Amino acid sequence: MTRYLVPLGLFAVLVGFLFVGLGLNPREVPSPLIDKPAPAFSLPQLHRPDQSLTQNDLRGRVWLLNVWASWCVSCRQEHPVLMDLARAGLVPVYGLNYKDRREDALAWLQEFGDPYAASLMDADGRIGIDYGVYGVPETFVIDKAGVIRYKHIGPLTVEGVRQKILPVIKELQR
Amino acid sequence: MKRVKRWMGAVACAVWFCSAALAKEAPPLAEDPVLEQRLARLAEELRCLVCQNESLAESRAELANDLRREVRELMRQGKSDREVVDFLVQRYGDFVLYRPPLKSKTLLLWGGPFILLAVGVVVMGVYLRRRGSRTADRDLSEHERQRAEALLAETPGEEKT
Repeated sequence: MTRYLVPLGLFAVLVGFLFVGLGLNPREVPSPLIDKPAPAFSLPQLHRPDQSLTQNDLRGRVWLLNVWASWCVSCRQEHPVLMDLARAGLVPVYGLNYKDRREDALAWLQEFGDPYAASLMDADGRIGIDYGVYGVPETFVIDKAGVIRYKHIGPLTVEGVRQKILPVIKELQR
Repeated sequence: MKRVKRWMGAVACAVWFCSAALAKEAPPLAEDPVLEQRLARLAEELRCLVCQNESLAESRAELANDLRREVRELMRQGKSDREVVDFLVQRYGDFVLYRPPLKSKTLLLWGGPFILLAVGVVVMGVYLRRRGSRTADRDLSEHERQRAEALLAETPGEEKT
């Protein structure tokens, strides 16, 4: 009997490893920045380049930082979700306009609509690197104390927002 | 004369091609060859996050370019390799390292091969001992002796046919 049980057991272990391993998404690299203070920035605003915004200006409330660019195809995909989120007014969404040209970014917002309380221009991608951005779009949830609490990699989806992001925000807003 | 001209043309062509080939060999931004070499060596050890099976040295992704620029700048500021690596790990996690550090989380990763080796040694030891006891010297039973003699007696007969 053990003659059959041992290989069967080994096979079951192998299947278990493969099931978990193949189910993981290799593109989602867990961020080491979760539960760490949001990296400092002082960036010009897209609509008012003469005025800059820093992470300290946003202290005291929960906010979203959405990394986007006019050249980013998946950003179009998630854009309606962000518009809904902005309309609901539950949380301010700030954009990090990553490695983009100002006129392209402005045209993009003109065409599709602007869900952002403000967009920050990160033309050379330095702040993006500080935030560990490696694939636009990415979205960070930052709490009242300026600590990153959650990171979503890739385009936001209606389900993703409802199941993950909104509960996190509600919890943090209390 | 015509021949000489043609020959000279060929030489000119060859020289031109050679210089073009050499021009391509020149590394970009080689203001500081020592630093570039250090960058290339370190970048071999780091993973590009966009095209995950390429190192930071090989990758032509935009982000890899930016990260090389960042690393170059840190090195110019006199940061050690250790500090440069820490800079990237702080932002992107251990994932950027092709050789992840030994931590409680990576214990199985580093120890796994040795565990498998130990299991293999134990299995082999048990197997060899069992086989040893099975094939150890023991006297043949009467029945076995008769069978063996019969088989031995058969052999020359077979050779004849």
